[in-house]
Amino acid sequence: MLTVQGFSYRHAGATRPSLMDLDFVLGDGEVVGVVGANDSGKTTLCLVLAGLAPRIVGGTLTGRFSIDGADAQALRMHELPALVGIGFDDPATQLSGVAATVFEEVAFGPANMGVPRDELIARTAGALESLAISHLAERDPARLSGGQQQLVAIASILALRPRHVVLDEPTAQLDPSGTALVGDALERLAGQGVSILVVEHKTDLLARVANRVVALDGGRVVLEGPARDVLGDAALVDLGVAPPSEVRLRRAFVAAGLDPARLEAARA
Amino acid sequence: MTDIRVEGLVHVYDGGVSALDGVDLSVAAGERVALIGQNGSGKTTLVRHFDGLLRPTSGRVLVGGVDAAGRTVAQLAREVGLVFQDPDRQIFASTVRGEVEFGPQNLGLRGAALRSAVANALTATGLEKAAETNPYDLGTSRRKLLALASVLAMRTPVLVLDEPTTGQDMRGMAIVEEVVAAVSAAGRTVVAISHDMRFVAERFDRVVVMRQGRIVLDGSPAEVFARDQWETLRSTFVEPPLAAVLGDRLGVGPTPTDAALVSAMKSRG
Repeated sequence: MLTVQGFSYRHAGATRPSLMDLDFVLGDGEVVGVVGANDSGKTTLCLVLAGLAPRIVGGTLTGRFSIDGADAQALRMHELPALVGIGFDDPATQLSGVAATVFEEVAFGPANMGVPRDELIARTAGALESLAISHLAERDPARLSGGQQQLVAIASILALRPRHVVLDEPTAQLDPSGTALVGDALERLAGQGVSILVVEHKTDLLARVANRVVALDGGRVVLEGPARDVLGDAALVDLGVAPPSEVRLRRAFVAAGLDPARLEAARA
Repeated sequence: MTDIRVEGLVHVYDGGVSALDGVDLSVAAGERVALIGQNGSGKTTLVRHFDGLLRPTSGRVLVGGVDAAGRTVAQLAREVGLVFQDPDRQIFASTVRGEVEFGPQNLGLRGAALRSAVANALTATGLEKAAETNPYDLGTSRRKLLALASVLAMRTPVLVLDEPTTGQDMRGMAIVEEVVAAVSAAGRTVVAISHDMRFVAERFDRVVVMRQGRIVLDGSPAEVFARDQWETLRSTFVEPPLAAVLGDRLGVGPTPTDAALVSAMKSRG
């Protein structure tokens, strides 16, 4: 469980905080989606929850942030990767750059944590399989397409077996099927009790996997609730967030004087 | 105006990975073409041949009727503006304005002509207020818009966009959509790679679908997203837009866009 209370964060050198007065709990096995326009604080939230801000990137954090009841600030840096896995939106940031093959890349994290050889191989193979990229195992990570790199980056997080996962636009470069595979992987992880926070512009994915959705605007939480309610909230558009396809289509029906029940019937 | 013709294009990367396996494609001047298909199907490899960043293993690419093989990247860049998927591969200046000026300056623009090309590109991408900012102080999504601006400022007859909408919020999406519409309205050619089927169906005349280095479908959004093609689309990991699926179930298909579905339902009553 990740708990945040009265929490604000200001980047080093910034005149105003990027996150203000946040209070929320990310429970075990829960998938929370985070939406908001660009510069609303989504990526900053990921950095803080993964323990990278202020520790690595500087800045000032006030309020309380605990991981499984322990004060996150008091944890040592090397303890963090096994607790919270973070995925960046740009896979080039994520990949080690030192692995000659995809298999080595995915094994890199757990190998550094001292995971025994047999388990290391099993974990790596399992992570590749769960994202349907086993066939890329012997390829050079630098020579993959953008979307393939993104799947490799996510596999390398899965191989760490973290208790909590924070993902910043994990499917930005993925084709619809890759996006669906990430959705499957998130559902499976949540089923194992892992808590997941996922920042996404693709509200269709959140409509499928998220239990709750939080909307940020100017660093503050402005909407929060069950995914269906928040994603169907008319205020979302004013926040610069595109609603899921089904919500958009339903609105187009209503605006044209058509009965949206016909859509529901067709979906069923 | 400039057309692009690709004939029997094969590209095998060092190490033996075959990315293009015999592609034939003609894009007429002024056309708006979306290129879709699974990750790794060869979309980016294909468009990188248009401005000579990659050269064919076999086959040829003609830009404006002339074989690209005899021309340098700098020469081809006057005709084909390519906006990369990852903006950090093309950004290097210390201000947004400097970044946008670089291309047109290299094309020989100076003085008022340069200033107006830069100002127009900054306005089109919503970056006019950020002109003096360091590019790396912008978030990723705005750096992507900056990469777009720097290519727009060159006013190339052909504009190629590699996944322009990824990471964009609604406002960024609207900016990209307006740029595509404006460039196309000016008679220039737009080729865009995208995984966003709403964007593809609403904003492009023609959709080219790739799978494992080959073109497997080529037609209008209504043709490509029609039920008969779903199996082929799914074989390259593409899901048709929701409007197309529901239009088919409601018996009014093919309706690739929300607007097409609404209008088909209204006319049926």
